Amino acid sequence: MILIQGKGVSKGVVKGPVYFFQRGAVTISTAQAADIEAEKRRLEEAKEKSMEQLAALAEKAREEVGEESAMLFETHAMFVEDEDFVDCMNAALDEEHCTAERAVEIAGERFAAMLAAMDDAYMQARAADIKDVSRRILNNLMGVVDGGIDSEEPVILAADDLAPSETLQLDKSKILGFITQGGSGNSHTAILARTMGIPAICGLGEFLKTELNGRMAYIDGETGQVAIEPDDITLSVFQSKYEKQQEMKLLMETMKGQEDVTLDGRNMMVYCNIGSPEDVAAVLSNDGQGIGLFRSEFLYLASSDYPTEEEQFKAYRDVAAAMDGKRVVIRTLDIGADKQVDYFQLQKEENPALGVRAIRICLNRPEVFRTQLRALYRASAYGKVAIMFPMITSVWEVRECKRACQKVMAELDAEGVLYRKDTEIGIMIETPASVFVAEELAREVDFFSVGTNDLTQYTLACDRQANDLGKFFDPHHPAVLRALKVATDAAHKAGIWIGICGELGADLSLLETFLAIGIDELSVSPSSVLPLRAEIRKSIAKTCTLEKLEC
Amino acid sequence: MKQFTYTITDPVGIHARPAGLLVKAIKALESTVTIAKADGKSAAGTKLMALMGLGIKQGETVTVTVEGANEEADAATLEQFFKDNL
Repeated sequence: MILIQGKGVSKGVVKGPVYFFQRGAVTISTAQAADIEAEKRRLEEAKEKSMEQLAALAEKAREEVGEESAMLFETHAMFVEDEDFVDCMNAALDEEHCTAERAVEIAGERFAAMLAAMDDAYMQARAADIKDVSRRILNNLMGVVDGGIDSEEPVILAADDLAPSETLQLDKSKILGFITQGGSGNSHTAILARTMGIPAICGLGEFLKTELNGRMAYIDGETGQVAIEPDDITLSVFQSKYEKQQEMKLLMETMKGQEDVTLDGRNMMVYCNIGSPEDVAAVLSNDGQGIGLFRSEFLYLASSDYPTEEEQFKAYRDVAAAMDGKRVVIRTLDIGADKQVDYFQLQKEENPALGVRAIRICLNRPEVFRTQLRALYRASAYGKVAIMFPMITSVWEVRECKRACQKVMAELDAEGVLYRKDTEIGIMIETPASVFVAEELAREVDFFSVGTNDLTQYTLACDRQANDLGKFFDPHHPAVLRALKVATDAAHKAGIWIGICGELGADLSLLETFLAIGIDELSVSPSSVLPLRAEIRKSIAKTCTLEKLEC
Repeated sequence: MKQFTYTITDPVGIHARPAGLLVKAIKALESTVTIAKADGKSAAGTKLMALMGLGIKQGETVTVTVEGANEEADAATLEQFFKDNL
């Protein structure tokens, strides 16, 4: 067995033979052309042919994939005609007396390099489009036809990287999945794969060798794993996931677009937990109603120094805008304890779970806090952002957080920067103290969200990192569930909503208990949305009982 | 010469597709159009690559200069285009 790890960019598990994508070999001569006028005519013809092909491809994309993909090829057609691009090709012909092929190569390389050098991930990814367009013109010049799939049975298509038009021109009935050496989650292949619902893994690098051609493989587009001729144990893991996925697919079909409402009409907000802006695609494809927990830690964990306001703003804005008016709850910095970041230079603690972590760091370091709050408020202009503070134990902490917010709002007012004044502020309920003073806390904020992992750890005095606590670490413990009830009653008394954003939210065996307690929102991983929706739609809120609370 | 400024509201800025549409719209006009960023970098309105190369993002303000016999009407058409698409 050979196991290769890449980056999963389109979910799903499939098995099949690996098939290497073949391109017609292209060698471009740098020799001088005999007749420049003839070269110009050849180039003109190749461009015209390219335009025709792109128009046909746009039509095909419109029918098979959708408007967005069709627009891509229309944009490619605009590139072919672009003045700059054409001028650059003609200049090469006039000045270097080269062949039409070489002129296309020069122009393609120049503009691809220009885009690749831009400080914008979106524009950088467009370099692939220029290369794709250049290749098309070249193929037309040289009469090369790119290889299709010369196989009777469906295959897992392997390539160094696939250009968008290559992806689309392939016979989809023959493709089970994509595996590529290069590429990113932003590349068109990844986007098209997700739209077509085909698993894809990119970034496999040199481990994806052409020797693997024809060998049987399992790929998992979620974990990014490629297993060539898997052993029995690996096989069973992939196989069970494959079966689960088939079940999920059926659920997806029936549950998408449905409301999260019980048989007796109680609404539940089913939101998603995400860790980075890239996860938004999963939220949308699983039909999440909003984002109940956007962990901002990725910004801090992924960098070697404090992330700037601008970096943070972009990340928050992108998520807020992509969710298009649906609520996005962003949790402020929650490091310390199990999440350590070197440049914060936090003191080593005997007992970090009870140490300077999360909101305590923010309140101790107003500058770090201010930067994040500014980014959050600025992003609020682009959607429905809500700000959530973690690890709250006291009312004074919340008041201090709110003062920091007001200060930031006053700054933005003075600078004339747009933001939403009615941005909701909420807190995490994850300490027993916050449960005991929940009524007072509820009067200060717009919502509660229960972090069940920490709430269980602190309520039961069980270290969540320790592996040997086993039966003692019980999130179903009546103490934890009663704490939920106390917090919910306090929230509702103050007229605010309460959700659960810990792992417990997706625990279907507790759904009835949550309904009986009166929880308003459950925030779960995107893949849990539809199974949860199916369960909610089978429930009757009125008949749910508090028996698990044992009181 | 006619000038107007516009602040981009499209979340991805003047990216490939809108830039393409913009070039198309400008080519349909009689006037010569230049698009400039706040930092002074500018591009001819008929050049797609050059426009994309400006890397104009959401929130940035661009100055659009329209010159020609029909500049008054062309500027109005173009301003509407920005509002509708960018």
